[in-house]
Amino acid sequence: MVVDNRSLRSDRVFHALADPTRRDIMRRCFTEESSVSALARHYPMSVTAVQKHVNVLEKAELVTKRKAGREQLVLANPLGLRRASELFFEFEQLWRHRIEGIDAVLREPPSEGTQ
Amino acid sequence: MMAITNVRTDEDALTLSIESEFASSPTRVWQVWADPRQLERWWGPPTYPATVETHEFVAGGSVGYFMTGPGGDRVHGWWRLLTIDEPHSIEFEDGFADANGAPDPQTPVMIIRVTLEETSTHGTRMTIMTTFASIDDMHYVMSRGMKEGMSQAISQLDTMV
Repeated sequence: MVVDNRSLRSDRVFHALADPTRRDIMRRCFTEESSVSALARHYPMSVTAVQKHVNVLEKAELVTKRKAGREQLVLANPLGLRRASELFFEFEQLWRHRIEGIDAVLREPPSEGTQ
Repeated sequence: MMAITNVRTDEDALTLSIESEFASSPTRVWQVWADPRQLERWWGPPTYPATVETHEFVAGGSVGYFMTGPGGDRVHGWWRLLTIDEPHSIEFEDGFADANGAPDPQTPVMIIRVTLEETSTHGTRMTIMTTFASIDDMHYVMSRGMKEGMSQAISQLDTMV
């Protein structure tokens, strides 16, 4: 019924945060960097699987990664969530609300109102 | 049948574009912007209904409005109309005002461009592009009254998903 290509960015953030392991990764590297291998020790999964989760978070700009020797250090990027993406999402919701309101006005019989 | 057909954000240019389609003609959709009594029925965010006080709907003209929050608090705002091409496009600045309706120069201004195009089925495709000057501006706008209503709307959305 409704063709709805939501903003790619909102999709990425929601997708990234929909998974409990990824939310836990975010929490663990909120205040200090953590290597991917150190993160992997907390979960019953391979380092590669954790690396994949980190990549999803990075794509959504929820974490940043940097190389230190052979390690990859991960740090949460709460600004990425709180500022740009969340704000765009809120404005998107505001306009969705307004467009629904416009639709309600348009659905009324033409005799009503000032037109 | 109304449908939101596309949402695009450009985080470098700080623009948000939302495209929707309505069964009504562009001349009819134009009225929801051009008629202050229709405009005030949908402009306010959730829990902040708008009241339009002045409405000079011509290029260079201005619109003055306020939005009333659930606690009776009022957020005043203004538009300055940059271009008007009936029934095709409207471009205006939207900003905050003080309690007397005078534009507050300390606060952000957004630029909103509305485009109405007739669809093949004689309905209207409406595209609304909002441009912000900075992320801080976006943050400020949401913090002024919009936030509470918006988070309510989002939690309603959550219960539907």
